[in-house]
Amino acid sequence: MLSKLLAQYVAAPDCYDEMLAASGQPRPHWRAMLESLATEAPDLMRQRQDAVQRQVRENGVTYNVYTDAKGVQRPWDLNALPLILPQDEWSGIKEAVIQRATLMNQILGDVYGEQRMLEEGLLPPALIHGHAGYLRPAQGMKHSDGVALHFYACDLARAADGRWWVLSDRTQAPSGAGYALENRSIIARIFPDLMRDLKVQPIRGFFRTMRESLADWGRQCTGGVPLREGEEPLMVLLTPGPYNETYYEQAFLARTLGLPLVEGGDLTVRHGLVWMKTLSGLQRVHVIMRRVDDDYCDPLELHAESALGVVGLTEAARRGNVLIANSLGSGLLESGALLGFLPGLCRRLLGEPLKMPSVATWWCGEPAALEEVVAQLEQLVIKPSFPQLRQLPVFGQDLKGEARAAFIAQLRANPSNYVAQEQVQLSQAPVWRPGPPGGLSARAIGLRVYACATPNGYVLMPGGLTRAATGLDARVIAMQQGGGSKDTWVQASAGRAAPRPLQRVTRSQDLVRDDTHLSSRMAENLFWFGRHSERCDNIARLLRVALNILFDVRPGYRGAEWPTIEHLCTWFHLLDPKLKQGQSQSQSQGQEQEQELATHLGPALSDEEIEAALLLAVVSPKVPGLARQVQKLFSTANHLGERMSVDNWRALNRLVQRMAGAEDQPSQSEAMTLLDDATAALMTMSGFALDGMTRDMGWRFLSLGRRLERLQFQSLVLQHALGMPANGSLDWLLELSDSIITYRARYRAQPEWLPVLDLLVLDESNPRSIMFQMEGILKGLGKIAALYGPCGAEQLAPLNDELLALAQGTDLYWRNARLIDLLYRVNVASAALSERIGLKFFTYTDNVLHRTGKV
Amino acid sequence: MSDSPTSVASAAPCARFRVVHETLYTYQSIVALSQQYLHMTPRSFPYQRTEAHSILIEPAEEETVDGTDYFGNGTRQFAIILPHKSLRVHAESTVVLLPRLGLERIGLKATPPWEQLRTLMQQDKSAATLEACRYLYASPHVSCSPALEQYARISYTAGRPHLDAALELCHRIFEDFEFDDEATDISTPLEEVLLGRRGVCQDFAHLMIGCLRSLGLPARYLSGYILTHPPVGQPRMIGADASHAWVSVYCPDQGWVDFDPTNRCLVQCEHITLGWGRDFSDVTPMRGIVLGGGEQELEVRVTVTPLPLDA
Repeated sequence: MLSKLLAQYVAAPDCYDEMLAASGQPRPHWRAMLESLATEAPDLMRQRQDAVQRQVRENGVTYNVYTDAKGVQRPWDLNALPLILPQDEWSGIKEAVIQRATLMNQILGDVYGEQRMLEEGLLPPALIHGHAGYLRPAQGMKHSDGVALHFYACDLARAADGRWWVLSDRTQAPSGAGYALENRSIIARIFPDLMRDLKVQPIRGFFRTMRESLADWGRQCTGGVPLREGEEPLMVLLTPGPYNETYYEQAFLARTLGLPLVEGGDLTVRHGLVWMKTLSGLQRVHVIMRRVDDDYCDPLELHAESALGVVGLTEAARRGNVLIANSLGSGLLESGALLGFLPGLCRRLLGEPLKMPSVATWWCGEPAALEEVVAQLEQLVIKPSFPQLRQLPVFGQDLKGEARAAFIAQLRANPSNYVAQEQVQLSQAPVWRPGPPGGLSARAIGLRVYACATPNGYVLMPGGLTRAATGLDARVIAMQQGGGSKDTWVQASAGRAAPRPLQRVTRSQDLVRDDTHLSSRMAENLFWFGRHSERCDNIARLLRVALNILFDVRPGYRGAEWPTIEHLCTWFHLLDPKLKQGQSQSQSQGQEQEQELATHLGPALSDEEIEAALLLAVVSPKVPGLARQVQKLFSTANHLGERMSVDNWRALNRLVQRMAGAEDQPSQSEAMTLLDDATAALMTMSGFALDGMTRDMGWRFLSLGRRLERLQFQSLVLQHALGMPANGSLDWLLELSDSIITYRARYRAQPEWLPVLDLLVLDESNPRSIMFQMEGILKGLGKIAALYGPCGAEQLAPLNDELLALAQGTDLYWRNARLIDLLYRVNVASAALSERIGLKFFTYTDNVLHRTGKV
Repeated sequence: MSDSPTSVASAAPCARFRVVHETLYTYQSIVALSQQYLHMTPRSFPYQRTEAHSILIEPAEEETVDGTDYFGNGTRQFAIILPHKSLRVHAESTVVLLPRLGLERIGLKATPPWEQLRTLMQQDKSAATLEACRYLYASPHVSCSPALEQYARISYTAGRPHLDAALELCHRIFEDFEFDDEATDISTPLEEVLLGRRGVCQDFAHLMIGCLRSLGLPARYLSGYILTHPPVGQPRMIGADASHAWVSVYCPDQGWVDFDPTNRCLVQCEHITLGWGRDFSDVTPMRGIVLGGGEQELEVRVTVTPLPLDA
């Protein structure tokens, strides 16, 4: 069986194979995996890969691709087969990478300090002073324990002789560690036994170590205001926002590390201290883990065009009042030009030879190197010296004739902008080919590994992000250009169980009960997430009610209620009123509605027109309706970042994909199934909100948004229903209000006005009733007001009193003008309250930054 | 450092000025928060001494922080937290200038061939050379290009004394380019200025710096003011002057020598220096961020008044 499995796997003769030894026999650390693959049912692996893809899709793991015309998000590409590395090999990598991180940190310290390496001729001045990433305002900044590089990554490749080489360094804001963790959590589900047998080391502990080290240093950034006993430093993850290529990962990392995910606008610098704008006012920030590039961190002293940064952050860092990880200016070392100087710097700064070589690199800024590069261009890859130049690598072997001459002229014109590297021979590893028939294929791979600083030196994540070439161009491995990824298994030493990470003991004073760090922006997003999800639900139900009647009841037999339903559809723009002849789109509200209703009863749309419009409203995001509303919900959810639980994401992603997969012109039954599925998914999500979320302030805003939306909807629907002709049936109203089961259980009869109104207006046990929502909102506002002062309850309270004063016997009847008027006022008040809350808590009225500068 | 040839230290002052630099922003709507970063404090160095200096801000600022930037220039950061619709920054300074070497004494033709400096910049690791390396490479507003090098080479012929060539380059820029404050703005790339042959003092300074750096020679950008001369018989107009920019060229023996390509001269006793950097972006007199405000209008008034030497 094993030979059959391996028969399809072609090992390239001229490169190192991770799985097969030169003899063609599997390497020992791959045997368990191969045996398991060879003996299990052939279909199992396909199921695994399907499970992986489903997880990726459902977890919403995405990678934003700037150049993708089809939209920015691409699902993360994860292969079911991991890369396996034995302990002895790993320990070599570990030592070398820790040494390299230590060296990089020392170089940063020297360049932004005394610059002795320049004086001693170990670093050419052009590499510093000519480097667009050299951040002059960071010169002379001091760092706790001399650590400027808190988090480091490097890309490794393995040459044909089995030795590992460093391709490049990530010193500014290394990306991908979150993806590595996500990969692990997905792969761990499909190979649980194998992982245990192979003693695969867990990687989660690495993140805990990172968090604790940052917290340790954060405690020292007091800015003259020491932390109170038991107070933890506030640490945040600064993101460039949802359009960044790795936003998903940033949100995931924030969730894993338990840090609020903030954008530049959430932070402010006052008196040299950094603060986070939260609902409870400004909260002092001690540590910023950043994913914003160096020069974009502060529009005041750094890149003036930046809208991503925090004004005055540089000065705060200079005064040592905040720890920025990595320190400002650390991007300087992400230069291929530096590689050639590392061996000398290592001997000088660490007193030992560099343990892992970098791929042979020539910096064209040195005249002799330039000539060498030109002479052997065919064998080299030319890259920009500084990442700021944003150019793609050029392969010398691809350049012919005039293109070659033109390129050499370009090199000579600005030699210091280019480095030339030997083309690296990548090793290859098996990926599972989906088939059919499925099987093993060889792909070129690269490995990104991660180190973080602790007060006792650097530690390495026992794992990493393995990236595989697409197969088309084995020379380029870049997620931005669409490569795949793999989990990375590092074995613990033989005879020793995989170490369990140490748990920090939480003391009673560490206990946290409320969410004091809720940013205003996040509260706003949660509020709108609540509103949008309820709105989705309302629209789905309304469409379902309308389509049901349209399909089931022949035109001549439709009850007197149909025009009201049709009108509600128009009200929510599901039917385009322009379709109606001689009638302009009316936006009038309230008492005029009754007259308006009468005019709507005039020339009717044909059934075909209505049907087409409603079906379109179900599936097409181009018109108002369910598909568009789900998109809005999804986009709001994207801004929730780390606040959305994985399960919640999964439910939402399933819904989004379900909607995206719908036919452009669905049949009746397809549309109905879609609506049923949507309502069920939304129900699941509201279940998460009800049962899965802590009742903290964030939840209160989400819940408030949801309730306000429902109150607005129900009060509107009831107003319209009360205006129906006398012989209209009430079934649709109960259906739309999701109360039909309750009604039938109680009355076992055709719906009548009194019990229906009782159930939908006054019954405080029915979550769809006006009373239920009103009381819930008042209670929620009370909790919020207790912390932040009055926030609009007085607008609803009198209406609540009026509701309470309604008598079942005398007030609950058809066309009661007083009741209609009260519902109208409830509707208006709920809209006003929403605005009031926005003004009080979200205050984004004039949030435009303007730059001065040209004087 | 090389800025301080010992001969000037004891020399008698040659000029004294009061400079008033007033900046007024008017906003369409309320500004809730304003954070600004100023390079408006005259730098003291061997050819210039500051006797008095103050910056007045309306409305009253908070959180003022004075500092020194990477290049040694004085800076001020401040924030205004009160809602406001206009912002006035009134910087007033009294400075004394000390005589610099004139054309005849500087010995332009006796300076070493420019290629010698280029080699020195590549090889020498002394503190002075490393300091000059700060101004040797492309920077946000100054690119280096074959076109700029070509333009420079007309003056920088093989073996020509560095400063002799620099003076001619300065003269050529004055003659080849027309002063035109409509033709460019601060974001106009150097290549465009070179083609269009029009611009303002900032452009000419950036251009000359780009020429020198394209040759491998260090040059820095000077921000400040210049005394203007009213037409004969007319009084000096208040606020009619403007910020000015010129170029400093490095020569190991002479230190940094200032040339003004906009006025075709060697800097002597009429230029008041605020500070220097690689280009405009390092020494922008005022930059900042306001929250709100909508459209904004800007008015800048500079007045340079000569004062008696012995007051």
